[in-house]
Amino acid sequence: MIIQLKNVNYTYNPGTPFEKKALDDVNLEVNEGEFIGLIGHTGSGKSTLVQHLNGLMKPTSGEIIIDGKSLSDKDTKMKEIRQKVGLVFQYPEHQLFEETIYKDIAFGPKNLGLSDEEVDERVRNAMELVGLDFETLKERSPFELSGGQKRRVAIAGVVAMKPKVLVLDEPTAGLDPRGRDDILDEIRNLYEKENITIILVSHSMEDIARLVNRIFVMHKSKVAMTGTTREVFSKADQLESMGLGIPQITKFMRRFKSLGHDVKDDVLTIEEAKEEILKYLRSNRDA
Amino acid sequence: MNDEIMVKIENVSFEYSSYIDESIQLAVKDLSIDIKQGEFLVVLGHNGSGKSTLAKMINGLIMPSSGNIFVNGLNTRDEDKIWDIRSTAGMVFQNPDNQIVATIVEEDVAFGPENLGVPQSELRKRVDDALETVEMTEYKNHAPHLLSGGQKQRVAIAGILAMEPDCIIFDEPTAMLDPVGRLEVMETIKKLNKEKGKTIILITHFMDEAVEADRVMVLNEGEAVMLGTPKEIFSQVEKLKILGLDVPQVTELVFELNKEGYAFSDDILSVEELVNLL
Repeated sequence: MIIQLKNVNYTYNPGTPFEKKALDDVNLEVNEGEFIGLIGHTGSGKSTLVQHLNGLMKPTSGEIIIDGKSLSDKDTKMKEIRQKVGLVFQYPEHQLFEETIYKDIAFGPKNLGLSDEEVDERVRNAMELVGLDFETLKERSPFELSGGQKRRVAIAGVVAMKPKVLVLDEPTAGLDPRGRDDILDEIRNLYEKENITIILVSHSMEDIARLVNRIFVMHKSKVAMTGTTREVFSKADQLESMGLGIPQITKFMRRFKSLGHDVKDDVLTIEEAKEEILKYLRSNRDA
Repeated sequence: MNDEIMVKIENVSFEYSSYIDESIQLAVKDLSIDIKQGEFLVVLGHNGSGKSTLAKMINGLIMPSSGNIFVNGLNTRDEDKIWDIRSTAGMVFQNPDNQIVATIVEEDVAFGPENLGVPQSELRKRVDDALETVEMTEYKNHAPHLLSGGQKQRVAIAGILAMEPDCIIFDEPTAMLDPVGRLEVMETIKKLNKEKGKTIILITHFMDEAVEADRVMVLNEGEAVMLGTPKEIFSQVEKLKILGLDVPQVTELVFELNKEGYAFSDDILSVEELVNLL
């Protein structure tokens, strides 16, 4: 188990008229190598939760354990935790600041006190992992790039820290469909090649359905639902009552089945739906 | 919709010099289209396809390098008429936080018309009406920074509405919003078109938003490569994919089934249409 939260509570502005409970008795566990989707309506507590995972925020009460170390233990070094859990914020390209792409990605590893060779190695690897060509881009300014590419530079900066857990907060927000697909492919690639644990925060149910193995649903500061992707998306009514949806293709299959047709309704992707509908059409033709 | 032309774009090109090697690039290439009064036009295209450049030209923020744009018959090159043009064609941008200027919602909405010199009594009415239309009346005395993204964007829309434009250009107004915010803003846009008769030019990446339009124009490298009703556009799944765009998942499913030898009608856009088809 790489992440464990036990009875975690967090309250903003306690004791003032603006007091707001953002995390309400949150319990969850993430195993090493999982690809987790974290979904929830705006204001449900997702971002607050994510910032607890590397100690940027401290719980009002409860315990957080990362890779066997409790964050409330005085002997736990926060620097170590932040290296283990890499956080990519929303619109991370706003945080680029260096003159060249190389320097921007190298910033984190340099601060770890690594040798120049090791830093160089890490920058090369990180750029390759997110699909940026090292030789042509290393000396370019990150500000000349397209939105999608800038975002990849920002992600590479976190990847270069070699985190065990990578948390991505809405990595595709504001990108066009091609930029979105490229980033999602790189994330999948990273997951498969680097054997890391990923937590993906997203509003796009289609993206979640395509990538993750397990989902946590946040609602009103609590973990309202958890299960495999298929289990969670089979509870469409419950998700809708929380202001969330299901992928259009899943919605279609559920509607089609509800009319009495013999198909599976827990499909997540177009390929799965195609297979099911083809089976249905062929059996009808044979009948 | 009627046959009067609201925005006429005539052989418009826009040149700029590249950051990288200072070569001359064309953001918009010889584009022509007539947008009718009361029409709901969606402009699709990936990043860098020229969508935002086009929007800024319609509003007179930048001038075409060649060709002309007429808004309600006025050429955007006519400097004496630029304020008439901007109050006829209002613009809403992507980031709601960049469009809010005041500390109270109703003062923010009043900012535009006040600068147009609208008298006080008329101003009050316009602000109230605009907030009513976007369903934000109950927040009129709130501080805008405490609102949700969708609410902020609706305040920005009210600010434009209070200037009483005939046409509103939306440049990716939902790109930074969550699903609920997106829905709120889309409902508002549809209402402005259907109930208030406003001409709408909506630039977006979200294909589900394009499904609602009268016409869809697809831009690629500054050229209008497709123009037609949503059904005409989305039935061309392969072409859209090559252009780096999405189609609704149900449309793609029909496309996939037809690859297997079926011959379903290829202009399915919604879950219900597909249920009825099968």
